[in-house]
Amino acid sequence: MTRKRRRLYIVGGFMLIFATAAALVLAAFEENIVFFYSPTELARMMEQQPIPPERRLRIGGLVVEDSVGRDMDGVTITFRVTDTVEVVPVKFRGLLPDLFREGQGIVAEGSMAGDGTFIATEVLAKHDENYMPKEVAEALKEAGQWQGDHE
Amino acid sequence: MSIHYFANPARFTRLAGRIQPWAGGLTAVLLLIGLYMALVEAPADYQQGDTVRIMFVHVPAAWMAMFCYTFLAVASAVALIWRHPLADLAAKASAPIGASFTFLALVTGSIWGKPMWGTWWVWDARLTSVLILFFLYLGYMALWEAIEDGQKAGKAAAVLALVGAVNVPIIKFSVDWWNTLHQPASVLRMDGPAIHSSMLWPLLIMALAFKAYFVTLLLARMRMELNLRRIRAMRLAERTS
Repeated sequence: MTRKRRRLYIVGGFMLIFATAAALVLAAFEENIVFFYSPTELARMMEQQPIPPERRLRIGGLVVEDSVGRDMDGVTITFRVTDTVEVVPVKFRGLLPDLFREGQGIVAEGSMAGDGTFIATEVLAKHDENYMPKEVAEALKEAGQWQGDHE
Repeated sequence: MSIHYFANPARFTRLAGRIQPWAGGLTAVLLLIGLYMALVEAPADYQQGDTVRIMFVHVPAAWMAMFCYTFLAVASAVALIWRHPLADLAAKASAPIGASFTFLALVTGSIWGKPMWGTWWVWDARLTSVLILFFLYLGYMALWEAIEDGQKAGKAAAVLALVGAVNVPIIKFSVDWWNTLHQPASVLRMDGPAIHSSMLWPLLIMALAFKAYFVTLLLARMRMELNLRRIRAMRLAERTS
């Protein structure tokens, strides 16, 4: 075996071991790398044990059509978030991003209240991977080819 | 012709000197066309409006950030295994270019994120892994400077580059493996691009412009590095004579 060949095997073997180690670490930390939970995941978590109100977490999903409203005080915004399976009611006081719309994907950070409402302290809009001019979007809607404002 | 044909520094310098102006010219032409298409001709997005134009810089910069690192890692492997004298040089020369593209991707992404997401920064898997990439570049450059002996520095930096290479697939697939705020891939995906052709073309031309710019800078930096080594050798020879 030439020295070059041996070095090739050493570097290759080292890379293989390191990649495996990295994959194992990432798999172990899976829970912590997830940026948000879907309403279904949230429901499954609450089934196992109630989420204490001091625990901070993020939920993500689509804003349900016709669900956005305001509370009696005029500043608290209420809406529902869904992943088309489960629905979570959300309350939020603050500024909404430009892309916030019904049918749009969002990520909300906050905590669970005892009654199953999510009290958001921050709402972020999640943009999808579709890029097109306005005319094309309208043409698609007219032709009935529209996939909706969600993934 | 083996890979050792261009191992001769004089031969490489001659060839690089001939290619460099062409690569520079190509960069200028592509950049002009690309910027015109991206800023003037391309339509506004149906959701993002004119903010979508940031993408024409952000996405090619992010691609280059990953491309430069892949180049850096491959060059480092060639330097470690085959001891190709120019591989070391190519790896060292590509690091600051890659770091700059990564920085550009992070900054433009942040500027886009504020109006669109509602935040400058979040710690999701995509953004965090790209930030780690930026630190890997900085660490690689620092390691070259920290060790005086050029040969030892090259070897240590090459090992770091290979260790960091595991981050590249993590960046690419972070949006598929985990829930992230960052959207999934629009161009390089299995079902074909999810981006209208009126926006895809300016994006691809900008990407080519960035590639040509990389070649221009890489050749310039490698020639500079070769000249620096020659100066050092000449000084040493002068002192000993």
